[in-house]
Amino acid sequence: MSRTAVPKANSTAAEGEGTPVTSASPSSFDRSLLLLVPATLFMVVLFVYPFLYGLQLSFRPMEGNWLANYTQFFTTDNLRDTVWTTLKLAIPATVINVGVALPIAYQMRRSSRFQKLITTLLVIPLTLGTVLIAEGMLGYFGPKGWLSQSLQWLHVYEGPIRLTHNYWGVLISLIISGFPFAFLLTLSYITGIDPNLPRAASTLGATPWNQFRHIYLPLLVPGLAMAFALSFVQAFSVFPSAVLLGSPAGATRVISIAAYEAAFERYDYSMASAVAMLMGVVQLIVVAAVLGARGMFYRGPVSGGKG
Amino acid sequence: MDTHRLLMKLWKSLVALVMGFFIVNVALMVAAVGTSSVARRWLGTWLPDGYTFNWYQTAWKEFQLDSVLWVTIEVVAAVVFLSILIGVPAAYALARRDFRGKNLLMGLFLLPLMIPPITYGIPLATVMYQAHIAGTIFGVILANMIPAVPFMILVMTPFIEQIDVNLESAARVFGANTFKLFWHVLLPLLAPGILAASLLVLVRTIGMFELTFLTAGPDSQTLVVALYYAVFAAGVRAPQSVDAMAMVYMAVTLAWLLIALQFVNPTQLVSRVKEHPKTA
Repeated sequence: MSRTAVPKANSTAAEGEGTPVTSASPSSFDRSLLLLVPATLFMVVLFVYPFLYGLQLSFRPMEGNWLANYTQFFTTDNLRDTVWTTLKLAIPATVINVGVALPIAYQMRRSSRFQKLITTLLVIPLTLGTVLIAEGMLGYFGPKGWLSQSLQWLHVYEGPIRLTHNYWGVLISLIISGFPFAFLLTLSYITGIDPNLPRAASTLGATPWNQFRHIYLPLLVPGLAMAFALSFVQAFSVFPSAVLLGSPAGATRVISIAAYEAAFERYDYSMASAVAMLMGVVQLIVVAAVLGARGMFYRGPVSGGKG
Repeated sequence: MDTHRLLMKLWKSLVALVMGFFIVNVALMVAAVGTSSVARRWLGTWLPDGYTFNWYQTAWKEFQLDSVLWVTIEVVAAVVFLSILIGVPAAYALARRDFRGKNLLMGLFLLPLMIPPITYGIPLATVMYQAHIAGTIFGVILANMIPAVPFMILVMTPFIEQIDVNLESAARVFGANTFKLFWHVLLPLLAPGILAASLLVLVRTIGMFELTFLTAGPDSQTLVVALYYAVFAAGVRAPQSVDAMAMVYMAVTLAWLLIALQFVNPTQLVSRVKEHPKTA
């Protein structure tokens, strides 16, 4: 994210021109770094400390040895399976959201009134809130809803369609709430690419497809990886919609439900912390895999070719 | 050559179709909730039997919306204000200085955005219950600041990088002290960025379910959480009054988002390319 991700300064004298304004000499303390103190302190007290506390708490189960929570998690079906259930929802949702966002955002890369209108329309689902989406889906996609009625009226499909209280309900809600976000991020990355590059390519005879393939795509890979990671976080932490739209005891028993139940229904904070830690581990593995794969495609400035 | 053109056209229409399909279905979905919220009785027909606005009144009373909205305002205002206070100085230092451990620090600020809120929300709630600040508005504010402060930093850092450092140097040359530099030079330059970032934090905080859910008590629920409980305790309440409340929620967030879009160009959310003035 930061432009100044250059290797640390080893030589002191030659570095002066590179670093802006009053680059303090190495011996004297740069007082402007004090500006970082409140934020760092805040993060340490409210993020790092609780996290470490949770980590050690997860190794102090109510009964059994120090690994009891983790062994229990991996040997109990309805706990272990929550990981797969969550991934089965989160990965397709993220792939669809980013995958569909890319062509749409690409087509709207040029700034225009149309772009503004569509962006606004696509952003609106961000304001709906889980409950409105849940209520709307139960009403609209439900067996007696408008969609079902229209399909039957048109004789496309007989009988009530089942898109709620199951896997599909949660997946659709993840797309409705996640797509606008993925789209905004992708659009932002695409419009960040200097349009002079494809223009130059087209004067040299590159077809639109080749422009996309050889100019946009490589420059977009880091942004897409970021969009994928951030969308995945949202989808992976699905909680309210899995309860309201899915079948929280069965097909959509996601990992956050397991964590919540341990903490606030059984008051087993140790187990809840263990589940939370596992959630973090799975999440970080996926993010690391995505960011790692990014490195295989392209190395270079994040949004290249700007003045 | 012509087949190529045709394929392009087909592809473009396909993309437009997908987009249209999405927008139409979401619009109908919202319309279904809206219709239900003013429906007298609606059972499996195209349209309800009759219409009434009473559900909004019922919802307002049943869910004690005035106090819930007030809590929401307090929480959101405090989160936005405090994350500016903490985040902007940090973003400034990160944008302007290079130091050992900078990448590590950036990682620390990025981490809360990269892992699900429940992951740190549960240990945080545990710690807060021990410190007796869970269940209070103060606890809810602190919890919501965890993603807000990093978000502020990550949006503001590239923004500050864009500001020409020579302006600051010039002010120094003319004898401005740090306070004057901040007040007369930096603040006016930063204001648009801070405004944009805080509107985004505001919208995010209104919608942040998990952290509030985990740390709130009965008197410190924000709108999202109150709404969730309203649905969860369904059966007791008419679905129409829940729908009415959901529409209120949407109206609140939508209003703020539309305001935000007046100031923030969403296409410049993450990338830093300024539109170069077209040289004629």
